[in-house]
Amino acid sequence: MVQTHKYDVVIVGAGGAGMRAALESGQRTRTAVLTKLYPTRSHTGAAQGGMCAALANVEEDNWEWHTFDTVKGGDYLVDQDAAEVMAKEAIDAVLDLEKMGLPFNRTEEGRIDQRRFGGHTRNHGEAAVRRSCFAADRTGHMILQTLYQQCIKHGVEFYNEFYVLDLLTKETVGGVKVTGVVAYELATGEIHVFNAKSVIFATGGFGKVFRTTSNAHTLTGDGMGIVWRKGLPLEDMEFFQFHPTGLAGLGVLLSEAARGEGGILRNSENERFMERYAPTIKDLAPRDMVARAMANEVREGRGAGPDKAYVYLDLTHLPKEQIDAKLPDITEFARTYLGVEPYTEMIPVFPTAHYAMGGVPTNIKGEALADNHTVIPGLYAAGEVACVSVHGANRLGTNSLLDINVFGRRAGLYAAEYAMGIEYDELPEDPEAQVVAMIEQMRDAGGSERVAAIRQELQATMDINAQVYRDEGSLKQALSDIEGLKARYVNVSVQDKGKRFNTDLLEAIELGFLLDLAEVLVVSALARNESRGGHYREDYPHRDDVNFMRHTMAYRQEDGSIRLDYKPVVETRYKPMERKY
Amino acid sequence: MDVTIKILRYNPEVSEDATWESYQVTAEPTDRVLDALHKVKWDLDGSLTFRRSCAHGVCGSDAMRINGKNRLACKTLIKDVNPSKPITVEPIKGLPVLKDLVVDMEPFFDAYRSVMPFLVTTGNEPTRERLQSQADRDRFDDTTKCILCAACTTSCPVYWTDGQYFGPQAIVGAHRFIFDSRDEGTDQRLEILNDKEGVWRCRTTFNCTEACPRGIEVTKAIQEVKRALIFRR
Ligand SMILES: Cc1cc2nc3c(=O)[nH]c(=O)nc-3n(C[C@H](O)[C@H](O)[C@H](O)COP(=O)(O)OP(=O)(O)OC[C@H]3O[C@@H](n4cnc5c(N)ncnc54)[C@H](O)[C@@H]3O)c2cc1C
Ligand code: SF4
Ligand code: FES
Repeated sequence: MVQTHKYDVVIVGAGGAGMRAALESGQRTRTAVLTKLYPTRSHTGAAQGGMCAALANVEEDNWEWHTFDTVKGGDYLVDQDAAEVMAKEAIDAVLDLEKMGLPFNRTEEGRIDQRRFGGHTRNHGEAAVRRSCFAADRTGHMILQTLYQQCIKHGVEFYNEFYVLDLLTKETVGGVKVTGVVAYELATGEIHVFNAKSVIFATGGFGKVFRTTSNAHTLTGDGMGIVWRKGLPLEDMEFFQFHPTGLAGLGVLLSEAARGEGGILRNSENERFMERYAPTIKDLAPRDMVARAMANEVREGRGAGPDKAYVYLDLTHLPKEQIDAKLPDITEFARTYLGVEPYTEMIPVFPTAHYAMGGVPTNIKGEALADNHTVIPGLYAAGEVACVSVHGANRLGTNSLLDINVFGRRAGLYAAEYAMGIEYDELPEDPEAQVVAMIEQMRDAGGSERVAAIRQELQATMDINAQVYRDEGSLKQALSDIEGLKARYVNVSVQDKGKRFNTDLLEAIELGFLLDLAEVLVVSALARNESRGGHYREDYPHRDDVNFMRHTMAYRQEDGSIRLDYKPVVETRYKPMERKY
Repeated sequence: MDVTIKILRYNPEVSEDATWESYQVTAEPTDRVLDALHKVKWDLDGSLTFRRSCAHGVCGSDAMRINGKNRLACKTLIKDVNPSKPITVEPIKGLPVLKDLVVDMEPFFDAYRSVMPFLVTTGNEPTRERLQSQADRDRFDDTTKCILCAACTTSCPVYWTDGQYFGPQAIVGAHRFIFDSRDEGTDQRLEILNDKEGVWRCRTTFNCTEACPRGIEVTKAIQEVKRALIFRR
C-alpha cells in the first residue's frame, strides 16, 4: 500500500544542513523532514574541531581574510562569490547558534573563544589566525544537538527512518521541475509518496566508497546518487579530501584541532617533517598538503610501526589540563581503539577519506542546477551533498560546519519563498513505480552476489587506486574494477525477505549509489590531467590553470555512460597564485 | 581468534518468540563488538538487524546489552568482554523490541522532548553573543555530552517497572539547561520534573552512571536537579 503526503517543502536529511534549513522553512511553510537516521544520529555530530567565523574575539580578523584563505585553500577552484557570501554570513551564523543555546568555549571576557586551524591566516597568509569557534572537540555534536533542540521547540515535523529513494520530476517547456520524492519506511517496508513544491537535499557525503574513512557507515551518497540517476549533473566529484590524522588502520578521525592546539607530526626518525613541506605554517598547512606529506614519508621509508605504515601525532608536550579541556574526545578515541595514552605516547595516524568537495551543483541560493546555468525549479541542495562551490579543490577545516549553517539556512529560506509563490504540481502516474520495481527486484531475485563482498572490493580498489596519490594507470584500474563490480551488482541478492526493518535490503540499495558515485569520481579524475588541491596526479604533478581552471560537470547519459563537461570558475577579487605556506 | 556471539533474535514476521542464536566469527581482540555483529550480518545471516552509524561512539545508535550490561557495540572491544566464553548480545530493556536488537525509541525521545530541552530566554536578543564565563559554561559541561543513546534509561530498574517514569536521560537533558546561566526556563522545567513520575522516582541505584558511554555522572546530575527543586521551595 502506498501512502501519499503533501508538504510545501520536503527536506531530505536531518544533519546540520537539513535541520538548519528546517528551522527557516518550518516557520514559514508546511515542512517535513525525511531522514534515514534519527536526527541526532547524523554524522554532523561527529565533527570535532570547530566552525570558523571572523568574529575577531581574540585577535584582529575580518571576513575578507577568511574569503581569501578559503579561495587559496581551495587551490583557486572556489567560486569566489560564494566564498564571500559564506565568510560574511559566518559571523551571524555563529552568533545565531550561540543564541539558540550552543555551549561554545569562552574567553576570559565571556565571549566565544577561538583557536587556530589549518589554512586560516591573518592578512593573506602572514601567520595562523584564531578563527575557529568551538566547544571542546565536540563542536559538531553541539551543533547537531542545538539544532535538534530548536526543531523540538519549533515543532518541526520529522519522518524518522524514512529512506528517500527517488526524486519525482516533471518535464515542462522550460525544462525539468520537481514535484516530490518517494520514500521507503524502514519500520514497515511501506512506500510513501511525498508531493512537494520544493525539495531540499541535505543527505551528506559518500565517504563509504573508501575503506579507510572518517565517515559513518550510513554515508553512502544517496542524495547525489538519486540526482545523478535523473540525468542531472554532479560537479567536481574528483575532489575528495583525505584528512591527515585518522587513527592508523581504523580511519577514526582525530581533529586538526589537535595540531591547532600545538600537536606535531613526526616520522619514525622523530623528525617534525612538515617543516620541510610547509616552512611557514608547518603542521597547519591545508589538509591535502599534509596528507600527501605523510603518505610521502611512508613511501620513502620513514613510516613508523611494524610495517612502517604510519606516522605519529605527538601531543606529549601539551599540558594534561589543556588536553583534557580542549581535546577530551579524540584522546579518548586513541585510548579506546588503539590503547595509546596521548599524555605520554605518540598516536599512530594516517590519512583517512573525509570529505566530498563535489556534489550537486547549486548557486548561492541553494538552488540546484541542471547545467552550467539553468536552475531546476523547486530543487535545492545544501551541505556536503552540494557543491556551491565554496571548497573548490580542497576544503579548509571548520568551513563545512560553516557551510551547512550558511547554505542550509539559505536553502530553507529560498525553498520556502519559492513554495509560497506556486501551486502544487500534479504527480506523475504511478510515481512509486520505479522504487517498487527496484525493491522487488532486489528482495525477490535469487541472485548469487553478496552485498558485503562487492562493497569490500569497491572500497579496496578505491583505497589503492584513487586515494592521496593517483595516476592514469591506477585510475584506469579502479575504473575497470568498478565496471566489473557493477556487472556483478546486477545479480546481488539479499537474504532478508521481510518488510520489517530490512536493513539488508537498504544496504544493497546504498551499495548501488556507492558504485555509481565511485565511477563518477574516477571518470572525472581521469580527465583532470593536473594536480590541484585534493586531486593529485603523479603523472601531472602541477596545477594547470590554462587547461583546468574550471569545474568538472559530469552527466549520466541514457545508456548509462558518463559525459563530462566543464564550467568556468567565478573569479571576483583574487587572481590565482601558487599555493605556498 | 574465534569468537562465539550469542544473540537474542526476534522477528514477529516469523515468530512471536525470541530465541537465542549462536554464531562463530573470527575477530581480532581489538575489534569492536560492532565489527563482529557486522561479520555475522555480512557473511552469515543478512537478516540480523541492529542500528549503527558512526562506529566510534558519538551517534548513539547502537546501545545494546552485551554480557548483561548496557554498552555501545562500537565502543566495546572484544578483548574486554571475555571472548573465551560466548558473548551475549540482546536489546536494551524497557523499550518495546521491534526486531532483533532494534527497539522502539519513540517513548525515550518523547520523554526527552517533554522536559523542554532547549534554551528559553526572554527580552530582546543582544546583537552579539550572550556573555558567559568559562566557569558558568563548565557548570553544565558534563550533561552537554549526552548522545541520546538510552543506555542509562534502559538500565534503570525503576524505568523497567514503571512505564510512566521519564527515566534518567530526560533528567540529564533538563539538567543541561537548568544549570546554563543563560537560560530562563528553569521554573517551568523544574515544574515538569517535580511531577510524580519525575525526578523523585529515582532511587539512586547508580546503574545509569555505570551504563553511560560518555562518562556522564548521571546520578549526580539527578541529585543536583533534586536539590534545585528543594531549594526552590
Ligand atoms: C569525523 C568528522 C569530523 C569533522 N569535523 C569537522 C569540523 O571540525 N569542522 C567542520 O567544519 N567540518 C567537520 N567535518 C565535516 C562536517 O562535519 C560534515 O561535512 C557536515 O557535518 C555534513 O553535514 P550535512 O548536514 O551535509 O550531512 P550529515 O550530517 O551527514 O547528515 C546527512 C543526513 O542525511 C540523511 N540521509 C542520507 N541519505 C538519506 C536518504 N536516502 N533518505 C533520507 N535521509 C537520508 C541522514 O539521515 C542524515 O540525517 C567533520 C566530518 C567528520 C566525518
Ligand atoms: S546520559 Fe549517557 S547513557 Fe544516558 S542517553 Fe545520554 S549518553 Fe546515553
Ligand atoms: S554506531 Fe554511533 S555510537 Fe555506536
